[in-house]
Amino acid sequence: MDGSDIGLWGVPLAMLAGAIRVSTPFIFVSLGECLTERSGRINLGLEGTLMMGAMTAYGTALLSGSPWLGVLVAASVGLMLGALHAALCQLPRVNDIATGIGLMLFGTGLAFFLGKPYIQPKAPNLGALDLGGWSSIPQVQQALQVNPLFLVGIVLAFALAWALKNTRWGLIVRLAGESVDAALAIGASVGRVRMLATAVGGAFAGIGGAFLSLYYPGSWNEGLSSGQGLMAVALVIFARWDPIRCLWASLLFGAAGAISPALQSVGVTQGYYLFSAAPYVLTLALMIATCSPARSLRGAPAELGAVK
Amino acid sequence: MGTGMGTALERIAVSALALLASAVIFGLLLILYAGVDPFEAYALMYQGAFGSWFSFQNTLTRAAPLILTALCTALPARLGLIIIGNEGALVLGGVAAAAAGVAVAASGPLVTNLAMAAAAMIAGGAWIALAGGLRQYRGVNETISSLLLTYIAIALMNHFVEGPLRDPSSLNKPSTPPIGDANMLGTIGGSDVHWGLAFGIVACLLCYGVQRFTTFGFAMQVIGGNPKTARMMGLNVGRYVLVACAAGGAAAGLAGMVEVAAVHGKANASLAVGYGFTGILVSFLARHHPLAIIPVAILMGGIGASGGLLQRRLDLPDAAVVVLQGIIFVCILASETLYGRSWAWLWRFRAVEGR
Repeated sequence: MDGSDIGLWGVPLAMLAGAIRVSTPFIFVSLGECLTERSGRINLGLEGTLMMGAMTAYGTALLSGSPWLGVLVAASVGLMLGALHAALCQLPRVNDIATGIGLMLFGTGLAFFLGKPYIQPKAPNLGALDLGGWSSIPQVQQALQVNPLFLVGIVLAFALAWALKNTRWGLIVRLAGESVDAALAIGASVGRVRMLATAVGGAFAGIGGAFLSLYYPGSWNEGLSSGQGLMAVALVIFARWDPIRCLWASLLFGAAGAISPALQSVGVTQGYYLFSAAPYVLTLALMIATCSPARSLRGAPAELGAVK
Repeated sequence: MGTGMGTALERIAVSALALLASAVIFGLLLILYAGVDPFEAYALMYQGAFGSWFSFQNTLTRAAPLILTALCTALPARLGLIIIGNEGALVLGGVAAAAAGVAVAASGPLVTNLAMAAAAMIAGGAWIALAGGLRQYRGVNETISSLLLTYIAIALMNHFVEGPLRDPSSLNKPSTPPIGDANMLGTIGGSDVHWGLAFGIVACLLCYGVQRFTTFGFAMQVIGGNPKTARMMGLNVGRYVLVACAAGGAAAGLAGMVEVAAVHGKANASLAVGYGFTGILVSFLARHHPLAIIPVAILMGGIGASGGLLQRRLDLPDAAVVVLQGIIFVCILASETLYGRSWAWLWRFRAVEGR
């Protein structure tokens, strides 16, 4: 094999490349949502956080010349939006699902509002590590251009899974999500735990947004996110609130999202838009397959209202 | 003072407070970020929304789809469901209406419009009933499923508009064939406001009537209050969920039909401009009350209508109105916490003063 013409093999290869390239925002947002939901709260506003993260990261990279500073700023902005969500939800009688939708609208709108000046100029990119040098096939080389944030996301998934299982801090987060009474009994402040878990979850989502604007697609515009922040919520349910399974699910979603451009590149143009709906159909199908009206979902935090 | 009157007053007072808070927050944002005088901005917004007969007609035209899409959230909310698939029901309704309109375009405006409305309501109703049914019979969270269905609906719209239903002569912006000028939905009286507004108001009155005066509406209230009690009373909860979701979806689908039949004349990507998402906001702002939806939709339509003026005169980004809507949404939700408290506080205040 020497040429760039690899025929139909291009489709699975493009899906692999898609899994690596497109999945990173899913990984970060779903890990953030996973942490938040394990503490017993749902944050539907991560789509807004993602957009704010993307916008602030791009703006910072543009003004300072340092994309990694942009990632840091995006994480801080995500932290603040998460904390805002947590603070609002702690008020009595305030519904966390509706507040999430409100913050989604607010975050997206604010990102468009403040990000208007950054649509035209080109900010420095995060860059990638070349892990495909061993292959002579350009598509393989291209597929294995890996952004460092992707690797950070993988490490984060394992670290979060370990921390939730083995640390005192992880135990308290799980207690807050499983039984408020038990958490109170050991003297933990449920409010503070959820505040922290929601804020840190927001920071993760902010980093996911930074990846969107600083690496792939690598620009800032109003159509940047196609609902990754929302799909991540469904993805966490699909992954049964397990960080490692969040990672696999994110890779699967990334691959599903790459189906339609990949098919188009090998000449299958019929139903382009139908294939572009694949990730959403997949999520819905998985939710239908795994949910049941008789019991709450296996692995679901007991205090999480949205899945009761 | 009767409790009914008291709670109504409380609602108005708390909502007004939340709106005031949003105005202050948005004003601060305008000063800090854009260096714009907020009072000038609000004066312009008033002018752009309600300042003249021309702008008020524009506001009412925008309010029409908002009234209809708001019902898509408000009706299921009565049963305790949070449906946010309004945009999906709207675009599918629009596509179904355009397809039906083209199919029967030769049979006169009345038949065409009726066929379009029926197709749109069936498409939108089935779409949201699907989310309700999944919730009821499979335990799938309706908020997330209805949102996923929105993305699927937009993909379906793109598929139909660029594929099977595409008018070959629509080159730059793929569209369905036009339904024809003769078949367009007319305007009310001598105004520029199309009949969609009347559809919306009638739908709200109808929903209010059903909720307030019928056993069906009472049963909905029982289910929303406590589904377990409702089941013990022998109510078929699933049926109510399906009917409420289908009715809400039909309203949002009708909004799509109105956009096609009265505004665009064909279905294309212009259908998905966010009326569905703003409808969610309208429903929450109106606390899911069918009659309150009408003024709230006019207010939100006004904010939307004033966006262009803000952009032209003050050089603000067009997303400014979305930010304001987002702030209002968050403030209204946060104000939920004031209910029941504010009056006790006021009462204590008065008692101290009176002493």
